[in-house]
Amino acid sequence: MSETIFDLQREEDAFAVVEQRLQISRREFMQFCAAVAATMGLPAGAEAAVAKAIEQAQRPSVIWLHFQECTGCSESLLRAEHPTLEKLILDVISLDYHETLFVAAGHQAEAARKSAMQAHKGKYVLVVEGAIPVKENGIYCKIGGKTAVDLVKECAADAAAVIAIGSCASWGGMPSTGPNPTGASSVAEVLGKPVVTIPGCPPSPYNFLATVVHFLTFGKLPEVDQLGRPKFAYSRLIHDNCERRAHFDAGRFAIEFGDTGHRQGYCLYKLGCKGPETFANCPTQLFGDAGPGTWPVGCGHPCIGCTEKGVGFAKPIHQTAVLKNVVPPLSYPRIVEEQGGTSFAAAAALAAIAGAAAGGAAMLAKNLGKQAEDGKPGTPATNQKAD
Amino acid sequence: MTEHAHHAHAPAPLGGKLITPVTLCLGALTLAAAVVGVIRFIFGLGAVTNLNDGYPFGLWIVYDVVIGSAFACGGYTMALLVYIFNKGEYHPLVRPALLASVFGYTLAAVSVIFDLGRYWNAWHIFWPGYSNVNSVLFEVATCISLYIMVMWIEFSPAFLDKIAVGFLKKIVPDIKRIVAKLMFLFIALGVLLPSMHQSSLGSMLIIFGNQLHPLWQSGFMLPLEFLLTAVLLGFAVVVFEATLVSMGFKRPRETDLLARLAKFMWGLLLVYLVLRIGELVLRGALPHAFQATLEAFWFWVEMLCFIVPLIMLAKPASRNNAGKLFGAAVLLMLGGFMLRINGFLVGYETGDGWHYFPSLSEFIVTVGLIAFEVLAYIILVKLLPVLPALKPASR
Repeated sequence: MSETIFDLQREEDAFAVVEQRLQISRREFMQFCAAVAATMGLPAGAEAAVAKAIEQAQRPSVIWLHFQECTGCSESLLRAEHPTLEKLILDVISLDYHETLFVAAGHQAEAARKSAMQAHKGKYVLVVEGAIPVKENGIYCKIGGKTAVDLVKECAADAAAVIAIGSCASWGGMPSTGPNPTGASSVAEVLGKPVVTIPGCPPSPYNFLATVVHFLTFGKLPEVDQLGRPKFAYSRLIHDNCERRAHFDAGRFAIEFGDTGHRQGYCLYKLGCKGPETFANCPTQLFGDAGPGTWPVGCGHPCIGCTEKGVGFAKPIHQTAVLKNVVPPLSYPRIVEEQGGTSFAAAAALAAIAGAAAGGAAMLAKNLGKQAEDGKPGTPATNQKAD
Repeated sequence: MTEHAHHAHAPAPLGGKLITPVTLCLGALTLAAAVVGVIRFIFGLGAVTNLNDGYPFGLWIVYDVVIGSAFACGGYTMALLVYIFNKGEYHPLVRPALLASVFGYTLAAVSVIFDLGRYWNAWHIFWPGYSNVNSVLFEVATCISLYIMVMWIEFSPAFLDKIAVGFLKKIVPDIKRIVAKLMFLFIALGVLLPSMHQSSLGSMLIIFGNQLHPLWQSGFMLPLEFLLTAVLLGFAVVVFEATLVSMGFKRPRETDLLARLAKFMWGLLLVYLVLRIGELVLRGALPHAFQATLEAFWFWVEMLCFIVPLIMLAKPASRNNAGKLFGAAVLLMLGGFMLRINGFLVGYETGDGWHYFPSLSEFIVTVGLIAFEVLAYIILVKLLPVLPALKPASR
């Protein structure tokens, strides 16, 4: 496939179209494609495949449903500081229905959703943001007179792929926190089948974009773990890629906010950081395209485990984490290296050895000399070494 | 070697009791070293040594390997004298010297394993792709390993007959014939290889650069200084060992042979001292010797150990005095010892605050290794034909 992906002449034309459509330079476009390919952990050269998929005029129709949530996921997507990201978001996909971004309102909006579903039947991507309340037949969340449960079932029926964005849609998230009065549930629970989940509060927009672009490029959703999370983003513990990890291994911890250790950037484990039991790419992907340190632990706040069911919004923020597949070393490396010294016993032993050797050699030489003077060179000496 | 049978007496086993107070004492010391060795191999270097990040090598490398192999140069020096300079009259001294050498070197190789933190990777040094062929240590390691093999082959006529039991009975005569035919090759290698690695042990100090005190950092003279002192030590050890053997086993002393040997030793010592002091003067490092420092003190101890024997052995009469000869040999051994201790430890300064003095356990291992060497020597000369056979009225 890789040989036929990049036809230079065709690419020249295609780029011209893309430049016009997205109103970005070719360089910026390729940068985006490379960034997305890298987020997915695709091999070098994959950005060409990504570019080819994106430049196609036929963009996949996306229907975006909002239920029990704060719209933080959408905000995170839009607030990304990458210069033209929002353009790409809106132009890479054809966002045919999105309650908070829509200009249309009321029946008009519902009509748009229906027509998009009809027009792209079996081909559109359904994105769900927010948990779905199921108690009392789902009366706690209604849009256009329909309950969230009915809406998600209706939209999912003809969708090519269903993506649950954010922790709420992924496993109930904050609305499902006990006692969970509305019965907030995940998309997978409502649909009764596994869906791709992009948990996080909010998730990194790149994890979502990369999932969508993977779908565009390869016609299928990326490989996921047992919780439906794309493996390219959620296969490693935060703890394993954390820039403060060395402090953990060396036993240097911040004990309170603002203490010396905290100011020196020590490990936040004892402040309740959930990095050791949370799977996500936050330490490497970071947030907001603003450079190093721009993620919770980097800013000095313990990870709350928002991508992990049973951790985020479930465990108290300052409760220490359970260590998953990381066992602290039995002995920590020494912070102060011993520089050596002299033990009395060793010095005494050396003196004894040297003294015995010197005395023995001197006596031996003296005896030998005496015999030589006595003119008896052949006579064996009497010596303690004789056997 | 047996082709020189025309000269003097063929070697013969000494016989006698193996278990004596002396061998028991030596055995106990060896056992103590073995116990420390077990602790070292289970709990690591930090558990038994005083090594630290500033001094990553210590007594075990400097004494057991660097000095141990230099003390084991008797075989090298005697082979050089007998076979290269064709001085056949010293032949009776070759085999005993070789026995001491083969043990000295084999134990030096064993103590390297003691000192390697990750000894299980030791084979990397010989493995193509792992080995760093540009390293002095690579040269030392391969050269010493080869030399140990060469020496065992050189020494093999002494023990091949003993092991001719069972199925070996058939092949031993063939092996002996092949070894005898190729012996010239092994003897040549036995002279070439020590010349290479004994000088390389000095080259290692060049790499220390400014970390080594000016009194010892002689740059490209270091390999020559180490080689010359290794040959000197070889002479001294032969004198030392021959004297102790004749006293310990109540054999007649070979004073006249040793006295003539001492003439070579004296000449070489003069060459060495001229080179050493001349180099210090030319480099302008001599003023360091007159400062009130620890380094200057040990420098003088080292130099006196070389200068005093030069005076002691200046007259032919004193070379014939067994006592003076023995004393001079001991002093020379101490001088070679101090040169290496000074170069590798006393004059080696790796930065503020770092200190190294061997721990008791390190001493125990070193003393134990020496004890084992002496023990094995005593047992082997009793069992194997090493020392020349005695005839009545031999003188």
